[in-house]
Amino acid sequence: MSILIYAEFAEGKFKKTAFELASYAKKIAGETGTTVTALTINASNTADLGKYGVDKVLNVKSDKLTAFSAKAYADAIKQAAEKESAKIVLFNSTTDSLYIAPLVAVALEAGYASNVVAQPVSLSPFQVKRNAFSNKAFNITEINTDVKVLAIGKNSYGVFENAASATEEEFSPSLNDADFAVKVESSEKVSGKVTIADAEIVVSGGRGLKGPENWGMLEELAAVLGAATACSKPVSDLGWRPHSEHVGQTGKPVASNLYIAIGISGAIQHIAGINSSKVKVVINSDADAPFFKVADYGVVGDAFEIVPKLTEKIKAFKAQNS
Amino acid sequence: MINKFIFGFFYKNYICYACIVFYLDKFIIFVTEKPQLYNFIKMKILVCISHVPDTTAKINFTNGDSEFDTNGVQFVINPNDEFGLTRAIWFKEQAGANVTVVNVGGADAEATLRKALAIGADEAIRVNANPTDGFFVAKQLAEVVKNGGYDLVIAGKESLDYNGGMVPGMLAGLLGYNFVNSCINLDVTGTDAKAVREIDGGKETLSATLPLVIGGQKGLVEEKDLRIPNMRGIMMARQKTLTILEPVGANNTTKAVKFEKPAPKSAVKLISPDNLDELVNLLHNEAKVI
Repeated sequence: MSILIYAEFAEGKFKKTAFELASYAKKIAGETGTTVTALTINASNTADLGKYGVDKVLNVKSDKLTAFSAKAYADAIKQAAEKESAKIVLFNSTTDSLYIAPLVAVALEAGYASNVVAQPVSLSPFQVKRNAFSNKAFNITEINTDVKVLAIGKNSYGVFENAASATEEEFSPSLNDADFAVKVESSEKVSGKVTIADAEIVVSGGRGLKGPENWGMLEELAAVLGAATACSKPVSDLGWRPHSEHVGQTGKPVASNLYIAIGISGAIQHIAGINSSKVKVVINSDADAPFFKVADYGVVGDAFEIVPKLTEKIKAFKAQNS
Repeated sequence: MINKFIFGFFYKNYICYACIVFYLDKFIIFVTEKPQLYNFIKMKILVCISHVPDTTAKINFTNGDSEFDTNGVQFVINPNDEFGLTRAIWFKEQAGANVTVVNVGGADAEATLRKALAIGADEAIRVNANPTDGFFVAKQLAEVVKNGGYDLVIAGKESLDYNGGMVPGMLAGLLGYNFVNSCINLDVTGTDAKAVREIDGGKETLSATLPLVIGGQKGLVEEKDLRIPNMRGIMMARQKTLTILEPVGANNTTKAVKFEKPAPKSAVKLISPDNLDELVNLLHNEAKVI
């Protein structure tokens, strides 16, 4: 018996969320006296996983799996779970993981809970706390099946080092043609830019910025912070920014450490999408904007004066502290 | 004397019109081709509809915080499902398709199904059960799909209430159908589907054959394409069939034990625009995020 995690490996390295998942699994393993196994696909170097508590790595090496295929990945993870007699299978909340997890749950006849925000409330009965109602409530879910599948929300546990060394084993699941029935034809990915999903800090702009030509100052602030840029729904509807930057209920969800909203009034749909961010800063000229009610820090004033000044201040701060 | 015969025929999945004109012992044939592809057999689409509280609804719980309090709450078609429904109706109008909507829920969900019919779905099915577990719901839907022989099943990638995001994937898994999640664009030609899915930092184009299950979201259509039912649609919806099915036996793999509301938020700390050093200081020392 062990705990299996699916550690996503992309562009030559593990995502930070993979280490968070390893830390999360290690904690449960410590309490239940089990070990942590990570399944990786075409990972070139798995040593880093050991630092965060992984005892064993099953690395699948296959050219067929170079392009993402949800069904094939799910099949590989299912077989790994069976091989390891895993009772708990853990996923991140990336788009890919959320695509795979329900397929794995069905294949293992396991109960599945997504949006998990903390360590299990109790191990027996097995109960977890998760986000529900678009971050307006938490829901304690009990999973009744022998095997449990969880998708852990980003930044909901944290990354903890746990010096151990992981043994690596090559793993060759048997995959069939049906696993590859959905084929990737092409892929478009913004390169060299922090994505909203990966970002620790997100700088977001709304209609208060008056036009797409004014995004330069926002991008400068984002660059200084190493942040991703995002926008509100009206901004993407107006075509000022691409749809891929739209965050909110019908856009991308944001669960960053810091969310800076500039010229966004804070419609309920917007808040629903960004509310799992830890710290929220609002810059808005309207002191009555609803966003101030959910924010941690607020600056009332003209964004066109404040943002460039703030960029300079942070630049100076970074220079001093680096 | 002029005699005209007009008739339509199919050729290689295209619908063609021919016109034969007899004039003075001679005859001329005109053939035209309808520009878009026509499927011989109409595609059967099933759209899964969740009946969820409106975004602006107050979220409260009752019965010792174990149930959602529906008192005074307005229910709507789950937004992710509505994008899918609208795309299904687009297929119906473009190429001819039969669109069925299905919900697993109580009698109160029928108003939401009628709305989907008023928007343009042809018929509705309600599986009479309390949708408390994603696996249970997927099992019910799988039964509906098997009995109805649907080519395309569109569900929202997640519902606004439980945010489980599991029903489309589990349904595809149970049926062994192809599956595309977070789908932001979908086209079908014959039995070939081209779907675009959102990935972190971009998008990916996928190809698959029908039958196919889609976990849909905004992008399948845009918000401006969503339809508000008109009077004619609402009247017609009353005449359309709404079948009530009893659930098949299935396990509840999970149970919502309790709900909690987040702790009330402390008031925002306002910082003067002339004192941005203080903001930097707070973000570093207090919030510890930079």
